[in-house]
Amino acid sequence: MMNIFQQIHEALQYAFIQRAMIAGCFMALGCSFLGVFLVLRRFSLIGDGLAHVSFATVALALLLHAQPMVISIPIVALASFAILKLNEKAAVYGDAAIGLVSSLGIALGVIIASTAGGFNVDLFSYLFGNILSVTGFEVWMTVVISLSVAFVTGLLYHDLFAITFDEEYAQVSGIKVRLINRILILLTSFIVVLGIKIVGTLLVSSLIILPAIAALQVVRSFKATIALAGVFAIASVIIGIFASYVLNLPSGATIVMVNFLFFVIAFSINRIKG
Amino acid sequence: MNIIEIKNLSVKYRNVKALGGVSLQVKAGDYVGVVGPNGSGKTTLVKAILGLLPFEGRITFQGMSFSQFRMDRHVGYLPQKMAVQDMRFPATAKEIVASGVYCCKKFPIRLDAHDYTAAEEAMRSLGIINLKDRPIGKLSGGQQQRVLLARTLVHSPEILILDEPTVALDPQSREAFYKTVEILNKEKKVTVLLVTHDVVSVGKYASKLLYLDREVIFYGTFESFCKSAQMSDYFGPGQHVICHRH
Repeated sequence: MMNIFQQIHEALQYAFIQRAMIAGCFMALGCSFLGVFLVLRRFSLIGDGLAHVSFATVALALLLHAQPMVISIPIVALASFAILKLNEKAAVYGDAAIGLVSSLGIALGVIIASTAGGFNVDLFSYLFGNILSVTGFEVWMTVVISLSVAFVTGLLYHDLFAITFDEEYAQVSGIKVRLINRILILLTSFIVVLGIKIVGTLLVSSLIILPAIAALQVVRSFKATIALAGVFAIASVIIGIFASYVLNLPSGATIVMVNFLFFVIAFSINRIKG
Repeated sequence: MNIIEIKNLSVKYRNVKALGGVSLQVKAGDYVGVVGPNGSGKTTLVKAILGLLPFEGRITFQGMSFSQFRMDRHVGYLPQKMAVQDMRFPATAKEIVASGVYCCKKFPIRLDAHDYTAAEEAMRSLGIINLKDRPIGKLSGGQQQRVLLARTLVHSPEILILDEPTVALDPQSREAFYKTVEILNKEKKVTVLLVTHDVVSVGKYASKLLYLDREVIFYGTFESFCKSAQMSDYFGPGQHVICHRH
């Protein structure tokens, strides 16, 4: 046991672990706040869909030798609006709209990567993520965007609550449903782009979904659900990074596994309580 | 005074007529039952009145147009499809009822102790104050519907629009719900527009009946409807039972 604490203490001395902790915790906070609204509105897989689009944008950025985040953020934001439009105007079901944009993203990514002469190590690193390699710039971006998410969800808490519970009633109540939906989806696209560096394209949606569904198992009030999802998400990042360091496992996947463990515990508590 | 006046209202969905040439007046204090077969445009009418759908024609409220009239403050709406669809939705009954005051708040919406007191008052008036801390999904269909009605009433609307509110309720809960709406109409002079297939209850409680089938087939008192030819067209031989009960 002592050895584990020594290893944790040792890990905290490294600048890359410190950066990973800061970026991971802020990312987790942003994802979990948005996750509660997205899960309850049956839009939780939008994280997955947008992550697939960001795979194409990263491939494009690598082809153009550009900073991936700079290319990804505007394109993924546009893709998120496309999903909303498809859902609202073209009467395509939400999950089908996500599937459509998602598969388009992957197909484009593969074509771009193939045009560039095949998959390289950089592109693969975005598939699986590497929180330990986040740069100082990425840490700052994560902090700024996650704090923006926290601020906006706090500012719009009651509007988001009303829309999540009953969109039509919210509209009659004078809430600007379309505008708020766009803000929610835009914030999600920002968080997803940041998230692919941490857990990768394939796992980023888990940061959105798992803390929310774990919290939904054990609490019955809306504010408590958001708060508990945040606690689960941050605890998963901290435990996940230390566990991956001690056990020599990939950090992103370990964070997801810890998140899943929290869900299993919450699910069991819910079952026991009946 | 006409609280709602509709002139030559038409609504189309992708060039298919859902409603055409609807003109009617609802007076303050009226209790209008809106009936008609499936697909007759009942919900479309409600949504047009609420400004949720584009339409042709003119709808005014106390003589004011949509832009002049604060729909959110004066109208309480209980949508179709409720009771609560997501049984795991993480909110207490009081949280849901308190959301009824959002319409009267400036941006950013913030609730204070007075709002929660108003929510509790609305729940008390409907006899559900004991449910305030219970999760919404753990309540029965009848209890949920009363919670949603309390949400609608918390800002004291002058007009109450109810779209098939009793669809998921057992007969006892349905009767209790209608009684509550009747009290609001009779004692608090709330104007009620109730969309329903439950013609027996319409006959029992509503002062007027609007029979729609993509246009107005009949609009008047229930007594005159019982004597009309339109009654037997739609309701068939059951009409005598319904009118007799009334």
